[in-house]
Amino acid sequence: MSLPPHLREQAARIADIAHSYGLDFYPTIFEVVTWEELTEVASYCGFPIRYPHWRFGMEYERLMKGHIYGLSRIYELVINHNPCYAYLLEANEDLDQKLVMAHVYAHCDFFKNNRFFDDTDRKMINQMAHHSSSVRRWMETFGVDAVEQFIDVALSLENLIDIHSPPDRPALISGDVDREKIPSIQKLRSKEYMDEFINPQKFLEEQRRKIMEERERNRKFPQKPERDILWFLIQHAPLERWQRQMLEIIRREAYYFIPQMQTKIMNEGWATYWHSRIMTEKVLDPSEVIDYADRCAGILAMPHGSVNPYKIGVQLWRDIKERWDKGRFGKEWEECDNLAEKSNWDKNPRLGEQKIFEARRIYNDITFIDEFLTREFCIEHQLFTFEWNENTNRYEIQSRDFKKIKEKLLFSLTNAGNPIILIENGNYKNRGELLLFHEHQGVDLDRNYACDTLRNLSRVWGRPVHVTTRLKDKSKIYSHDGETFSEEDIKT
Amino acid sequence: MILRINRDHSRFREIVKGRIREDFRKYITKGEMIGRKGRNIISIPVPRIDIPKFRYGSNEGGIGQGKGAAGDPSQSGQEGAGTAGDQPGAHILEVDITLEELAEMMGEELELPRIKPKGSKHIIERRDRYSGIRASGPESLRHVKRTYKKSLKRQIASGTYDFKRPIIIPIKEDKVYRSWKSVPAPRANAIVFYIMDVSGSMGDDQKEIVRITSFWIDTWLRYQYQDVAIRYIVHDAAAREVDQHTFYHLKESGGTKISSAYNMLQKILDEEYNPEEWNIYTFQFSDGDNWGTGDTENCLKLLEEKILPISNLYAYGQVESPYGSGQFLKDLTSHFKECGNLISANIPSKEMIYETIRTFLGTGR
Repeated sequence: MSLPPHLREQAARIADIAHSYGLDFYPTIFEVVTWEELTEVASYCGFPIRYPHWRFGMEYERLMKGHIYGLSRIYELVINHNPCYAYLLEANEDLDQKLVMAHVYAHCDFFKNNRFFDDTDRKMINQMAHHSSSVRRWMETFGVDAVEQFIDVALSLENLIDIHSPPDRPALISGDVDREKIPSIQKLRSKEYMDEFINPQKFLEEQRRKIMEERERNRKFPQKPERDILWFLIQHAPLERWQRQMLEIIRREAYYFIPQMQTKIMNEGWATYWHSRIMTEKVLDPSEVIDYADRCAGILAMPHGSVNPYKIGVQLWRDIKERWDKGRFGKEWEECDNLAEKSNWDKNPRLGEQKIFEARRIYNDITFIDEFLTREFCIEHQLFTFEWNENTNRYEIQSRDFKKIKEKLLFSLTNAGNPIILIENGNYKNRGELLLFHEHQGVDLDRNYACDTLRNLSRVWGRPVHVTTRLKDKSKIYSHDGETFSEEDIKT
Repeated sequence: MILRINRDHSRFREIVKGRIREDFRKYITKGEMIGRKGRNIISIPVPRIDIPKFRYGSNEGGIGQGKGAAGDPSQSGQEGAGTAGDQPGAHILEVDITLEELAEMMGEELELPRIKPKGSKHIIERRDRYSGIRASGPESLRHVKRTYKKSLKRQIASGTYDFKRPIIIPIKEDKVYRSWKSVPAPRANAIVFYIMDVSGSMGDDQKEIVRITSFWIDTWLRYQYQDVAIRYIVHDAAAREVDQHTFYHLKESGGTKISSAYNMLQKILDEEYNPEEWNIYTFQFSDGDNWGTGDTENCLKLLEEKILPISNLYAYGQVESPYGSGQFLKDLTSHFKECGNLISANIPSKEMIYETIRTFLGTGR
């Protein structure tokens, strides 16, 4: 349902206000939906059409339950697209609608201007619809079960991409070396009796050795460790055509969602920052103040012991704004160790607004936290690290040390929270087996999940697969041949 | 907008049910499900059905925000709740299934016929559903939170709210009430009696079998009827009516006189349940010892003349115990050779519960 007239007026007014603050976004289309519809769209990550798969149904069940039991509430839903699509809940009061609109415009500004979104497909709805019709067609041809089972397997590998490489990559050519053909060594032309001197035996041997080495290197496959495992499988796994295309769909969609994972804290913080300024400075009617405060408390509330990206995000943006407004940065500020002086520090350069707009353009969560998370911020906002305690069987607060907090936060954001895993060898043991390795950075893989993932990978690869990793400080290799899982210690 | 999710959602539910059905026999003989029963749903642990991915294990930890010192739990009240700390391989998903769905599955799995309620009398009843809000109503239905919110808003808007003395006093205009609609609901009722011998020879293992069997019987009957009333009778030499908890936990000693329970059953039926309006079920569990042949004759007579003519089903489950002779089952089956609404089964162990339920409920009565 499109917007009723009074909401259309509000949308135009809030858009104008957002523009006046310097926000810059694509045209934004609001749809008014019931909560069932909103829950459905949310299950499909905001898209009206996705290919059929039960996990969307599982997500739906989870969201419905959250709603029914009052545990969670979907407040806003907006997709990175041109035009931007956003959803308003029919049953909400006008105050909520205005708040959501202000929030959404800020998201749209972020999508359009943050550089990590530069390469995203702004017509992804079409792409998703296209994917959906392909999958439906395969289901008709090959049967629902066969296709669904393959999707289950493929989804198991969806996080095995290289988030730093562009989604479009040329097909792999190396590895297709013609192994039978031995290149001849170029000899210089010579009279027979001169041959020994013009083409000395030693030199020829040297050349032959180089060629063989080159061939050996080319036979190593992939030539360099490959992080975009999905891409590698699309190139090399023995798959049916439709299965290959299915992997491509999974990979393309995974790449589309990567920038959102990379900027979750920034993006939610940005939207919260701007909706609160727009609402409190321009839009709120005095009669709406209490309800507004109630909503904000809801958005920023969080269970003890976890970080709410909305909250830490908006706190960071406000902190930056204040620091750059008061000149609390640079050499002079860093070197000042007089606490009294620091707490009254205001050089009044009023650079806050400029700074936050610059930051929203060039950072992602990792660089953002690295740059702007300060010791003072951690103390003021009571951040801590927690760890699993084997003895008490619970997560416990570990430390409030600034360095540790920052390290841990950055680690949790690295590779969008996924372990870093690469393909080392596609012809392991010279038997066409696949060898991966896990770049261990202090945190072990979940062994059970690894076992099941390997089983799925072996289904795609068609041969046994292995991953080297570490478990409790021991080097291990996990293997799966499609039937059974095994693990072995690696002696180093 | 048409809901497209329905297909994916029902597909998900199908997968879940498939998992449960695969393990149905296991669930039936284990008592643990009974402990997971809510009002109308039961949460069943099924092997995980999420999509496996390479991910970090439990030593990951993370960042939190809030008060507390090192060593304090970082997530209050959530320790080990299905997160890390599980034993290897124990990735379990809790799925909520309504008792109706469970019964439906049981029906399919055991190939149970649907029960045809006896008689043509269906009472149409009206039931109230609370579904809305209105400005007037009885105080007992006042919506407290909304009322106070409205009151707070009014006080602030009118400037009478004192931030130093934050007291909210609702006036008449602030009050809002829940409202209801009456919807007609047809009903057919069933009364279920459980009778158990609690003489010394019935041990904990025997009672566990009774408990599990009757849980599944309950589930099935509740699925078939609008309303199900359940009464519990225990007996040794004398009978008395008890509540559910006592029924499963009482332990007495002394002789056994089954007719005492039948007399009690007869009395309750006469006083409270008109056989024209109620579908009557009785499930008797015993180890089969009765005191003397005289009483057994009494029992058979009572059954034949009073109880069987008005019952949908009379089922006798003989739970084997090391002490019982099992004579009652023999007497019963030799006396009632061709009687459609009397069913009996021998239940030597938990493994036989599955078959017993099929025998008891397979008659479609």
